[in-house]
Amino acid sequence: MAEMSAMNRKLIQNLAETLSKQVKHFNKTEAECLIRLFNGLLGDQSDRRVGNGLDRGKFRNILHNTFGMTDDMIMDRVFRAFDKDNDSYVSVKEWIEGLSIFLRGTLDEKIKYCFDVYDLNGDGYISREEMFHMLKNSLIRQPTEEDPDEGIKDLVEITLKKMDHDHDSRLSYADFEKAVRDENLLLEAFGTCLPDAKSILAFEQHAFQDTLER
Amino acid sequence: MGVALTRAAQWTTASSGTGKLEITPVNESLLKEILEFVEQFSSRHPQEAKHVFKEPLQWTTSLEASDFKTEYDISGPTVKSHETDKDGHPMLQLTPPSISVHSFSQLSKIVQLATDKRLKEVRACLEANRDPVAKMLGPSFATVEGEDSSVLRLLEKVKEGDQAKETEIKVKLIILLQQLDTQLLSNSLKLISQEVRLSPAAVKNDVELLKSFCSEGEKRVLTSVQYTSDYEFTNGCRTPPWRQVHGEICYLVIKPCDTQPLHITCSTAGVFLNGGIRQEGEENSYDRTSDVYKDLVTLLKSKSPHFAENINKQDFAVQEELPTQKVQHVELVDAEEQGQPQRSYEHQEKNVHEKARQQLVQNKPGGKKKLEPSLKWKNLGLASPYDEADDKKSKKNAVSERFAETQEKMQKKADFSVSSLPGRQSSDKTKTPGGVGGADDFSESSSESEEDEEQSERRTESNTDLPSEYWQIQKLVKYLKGGNQTATVIALCSMRDFNLAQETCQLAIRDVGGLEVLINLLDTEEIKCKIGSLKILKEISRNSQIRRAIADLGGLQTMVKILDSPDKDLKYLAAETIANVAKFRRARRTVRQHGGIKRLVELLDCVPDSAALTEEQEKDVEVARCGALALWSCSKSTRNKEAIRKAGGIPLLARLLKSPHENMLIPVVGTLQECASERSYRIAIQTEGMIEDLVKNLNCDNHELQMHCASAIFKCAEDKRTRDLVRQCEGLQPLVTLLSQADNKQLLAATTGAIWKCSISMENVAKFQDYKALETLVGLLTDQPEEVLVNVVGALGEGAQKPANRATIRKCGGIQPLVNLLTGTNQALLVNVTKAVGACATELENMTIIDRLDGVRLLWSLLKNQNPDVQASAAWAICPCIENAKDSGEMVRSFVGGLELIVNLLKSTNKEVLASVCAAIAKIAKDEENLAVITDHGVVPMLAKLTNTTDDKLRRHLAEAIARCCMWGSNRVLFGEAGAVAPLVRYLKSKDSSVHQATAQALFQLSKDPNNCITMHDNGVVKLLLGMMGSTDEVLQEAAAGCVANIRRLALANEKARYG
Repeated sequence: MAEMSAMNRKLIQNLAETLSKQVKHFNKTEAECLIRLFNGLLGDQSDRRVGNGLDRGKFRNILHNTFGMTDDMIMDRVFRAFDKDNDSYVSVKEWIEGLSIFLRGTLDEKIKYCFDVYDLNGDGYISREEMFHMLKNSLIRQPTEEDPDEGIKDLVEITLKKMDHDHDSRLSYADFEKAVRDENLLLEAFGTCLPDAKSILAFEQHAFQDTLER
Repeated sequence: MGVALTRAAQWTTASSGTGKLEITPVNESLLKEILEFVEQFSSRHPQEAKHVFKEPLQWTTSLEASDFKTEYDISGPTVKSHETDKDGHPMLQLTPPSISVHSFSQLSKIVQLATDKRLKEVRACLEANRDPVAKMLGPSFATVEGEDSSVLRLLEKVKEGDQAKETEIKVKLIILLQQLDTQLLSNSLKLISQEVRLSPAAVKNDVELLKSFCSEGEKRVLTSVQYTSDYEFTNGCRTPPWRQVHGEICYLVIKPCDTQPLHITCSTAGVFLNGGIRQEGEENSYDRTSDVYKDLVTLLKSKSPHFAENINKQDFAVQEELPTQKVQHVELVDAEEQGQPQRSYEHQEKNVHEKARQQLVQNKPGGKKKLEPSLKWKNLGLASPYDEADDKKSKKNAVSERFAETQEKMQKKADFSVSSLPGRQSSDKTKTPGGVGGADDFSESSSESEEDEEQSERRTESNTDLPSEYWQIQKLVKYLKGGNQTATVIALCSMRDFNLAQETCQLAIRDVGGLEVLINLLDTEEIKCKIGSLKILKEISRNSQIRRAIADLGGLQTMVKILDSPDKDLKYLAAETIANVAKFRRARRTVRQHGGIKRLVELLDCVPDSAALTEEQEKDVEVARCGALALWSCSKSTRNKEAIRKAGGIPLLARLLKSPHENMLIPVVGTLQECASERSYRIAIQTEGMIEDLVKNLNCDNHELQMHCASAIFKCAEDKRTRDLVRQCEGLQPLVTLLSQADNKQLLAATTGAIWKCSISMENVAKFQDYKALETLVGLLTDQPEEVLVNVVGALGEGAQKPANRATIRKCGGIQPLVNLLTGTNQALLVNVTKAVGACATELENMTIIDRLDGVRLLWSLLKNQNPDVQASAAWAICPCIENAKDSGEMVRSFVGGLELIVNLLKSTNKEVLASVCAAIAKIAKDEENLAVITDHGVVPMLAKLTNTTDDKLRRHLAEAIARCCMWGSNRVLFGEAGAVAPLVRYLKSKDSSVHQATAQALFQLSKDPNNCITMHDNGVVKLLLGMMGSTDEVLQEAAAGCVANIRRLALANEKARYG
């Protein structure tokens, strides 16, 4: 067992070294911690085949419990954004790359990430329909209103008016980027897809300090 | 037209029998319209025009046969028309002076014939035929108030079918006439609605107002205003009941200054002159003899040119006041404070109506608000300390204010908790302010300001024409209320796209309940929402009404809490918003009481001086800058200044003062100069080496920064060490350079102030001499606002202590403007002007000019000023004038009552006044004749009464005066009898050597009376004088020796007499 874990440690260290070179915001120790955490989360997943990683359910649990996200659709989209090779699993590499933006991304990286999250069909544009879809639960519905969607539609129009600079009734990446640069608050315009400062702090503390101490 | 004639037309009321149509605007327009109708009738409706009237219209005409032309049979004076009815009667018949007409066609013709008499004719016709319709169509059509069934009756006739043609024409005619009637009525309604209906209350108000203008003196507007009857009925009228039915309210006799007394009737329709009602009785005296005016003031304006002219002035004086306050407001917000006790909080919550009424009262001419010149003086904290009584008053008010505030807040919060949505992190726990620092709650320093409490509610416009922004904002607020974080952020961002600098948007946000939501958002955990909300609050809090609303809603408490947040964006936004909101006292107090000052001071802690900053550091600097901005706003309260110091703000400010960025320096220096009114800060500014930085920034090219720097130096340079530091840091030259910025009055005021205070040190005066500052300053003596003048003159007064400068002032032509300023009213200015003139008068050549300009008389009349500082300063200035003027004795005598005036000032309780007057009396008494006069005015006992003083300055000048006054008659003896000698002896024990000299001289003079010698000797003068004889001061030596000699001589004589 001891041999096993020694070898394991060696492996992890090597992996951490390579990954920390590929990913911007983590040093080797931090990468190592994240790998350990990843392995811990993977836990006793029964079949540890190569290429496997966190499945959608597990990942969503983390988003919900650790980062306090609630919106199902957005959580799905975040999973998609992490899962770059679209194999329905977040591998250790995707995990570290994803967290790099998630926790410490620059504004540019975050803009790109958020746009990917919001571009539901991946066609490079956030359309009216997509916006409507993402915002549809954002207002409390007044039972008295004739058209319960009216408020949402109006909200979509407001957003378009504010962000759609080329007036083609959809947001291109350029539109989105410009709008966010003008007003940083619009980064998460269509739903919370990044953790807040508090949960970042808590997560990093948990991941980097507690994991090392163990 | 029947209805219009009975209802709208104004018939003379008094006379019975046939009424007359008065010449009023309403009647005139009625007549004109009827005229037009008649004139065009025959061409427009030829058939109806031919209809024969049931009865002819008859009236007394002024037309004559010669006026008629063809179509008429003219036989002598009588005229008959060719046109006849079917029975052959002529349609028009004139047998002067009476005329009778049977149809509209003839009426039209008459109107055309009558040319310029037409209006008169119509009027006569209508007066004679009060109900013309009845005559035209028969009595069944007489105008009956209420129902009108004539048309119906006609219709029935039409149905019956007899005389169909005739009746049809009749119907048409009556319809036409009724149309005219309606038209007339609606037109006169318009006119009537423009008229102001007076009520007894309004008249009473007016009369009270006018009574307040009746005063003595040149400025009065009216001589007297009186009712004819003192009895007031319960309905407020003062007229006999049988006149009240005519709507008459009261009769007045008003005596203007320039015309005969006016006898005026006030009625509900307006005011007019009557035939002179004194007592009830004479019937015709009630008749109207003038036009009707809408109120008393308008009537008086047209009847009395004097009144018109002066009332306009009064209007103007009050209105003009406002803008000047505005201007001063920029830096000197503290202005109104001292005179004005704090208003209680409830006050501002009163409804708009109340507000409007108050404003009305304020705007009324002759309102009591007094103008206080140069408020700057107070603001600097250099003037006298504030009134204790005032302070107490403010304490009292503060208590009730707090009480009301608490209640109000509870209510507000409670209201909101209802509207806040479930599921949202609501923060509607009631905030109970207070509980913090009990005593802290009360008493705010009176040096701080209260801005525009009055103007907080200006909106009077109705909801009818709300701009489109209003509805859009209302919609966004709805989303803010009912949205999750995402929707809230979108709504916030969209709201920021409105022009938030515009008042409509600001108030719209408030009016749709947006402020409550925005402030509530600050209490949530959502950083983005908080940031978005603060970004909006920051903008709209530039509006004073919004500021108050934010404070009322407890927004400051929340923002103070946000200052602890780790997020820098939040910090600086909160600080900046606090900076905007804390522009009024209550807000500043709230910030302090919730620990805001300490937190704001902590924001200042950053490292600004490194040139290249990382992004993070830049944010730190921004946080510090906004912290300084907030402290700047807060520092207008004395207690906050103290709190900043206690929180360790001074060294942090000192560090930021080294920043290279102007936008950082302005709030930092602004705070410092605000706080420099406190001694502790002045010392700190000096000891922490801030003077150097202040001087450095005098050289920047930002006027605002320069102004604050100069202002800080102005306040600090009271201290000698600081003045020296300014010189050593080479700050004097930039100050002189700044004098060229004569257009920026605030900068100029600060700069000249700094120069004035720096000039108190002679070394600095020498420097200023090198920089030719005085030449420039003399140029600034004309056309400057008072706060600049005070400082310029102050600087000249200090500069003139040097002989060379006195000549400079003369050569630059400065004497004349200085003397001219002696006629001013600003007391701070007068103190400085008298000082400057006095300093100049020490030069003979200057004195000649002053004498020529009658400057001494002006100085002398300033002795009558109420302010003891002015009195003293004037008396000091008089001394060199008397000394240097040619024939000064004669000059002084020429001031009628002047000597009595100055002697009476010895009754003053102010030491400085007494000292200066004694000095002046010493000078005056050099002239024997004048000495005789002042002796007659009782100068001796008055001086003697003052001798018990312990004030060395007063002692010195008093002794001088006594020495001089001994020279006349039996004054020596009188001084002895009044008990002045013994106290004088004690003066010799004083530590001040200048007192010794004057006292020795006085004693020498007094010792010429033997009884005085005995008193002196008894009080042990000899030993003291022996000491003085050893002095190096020759005058003192001589006087002391002379006195001892006199005593000795008396002793010898005594011995001789005794022993023989």
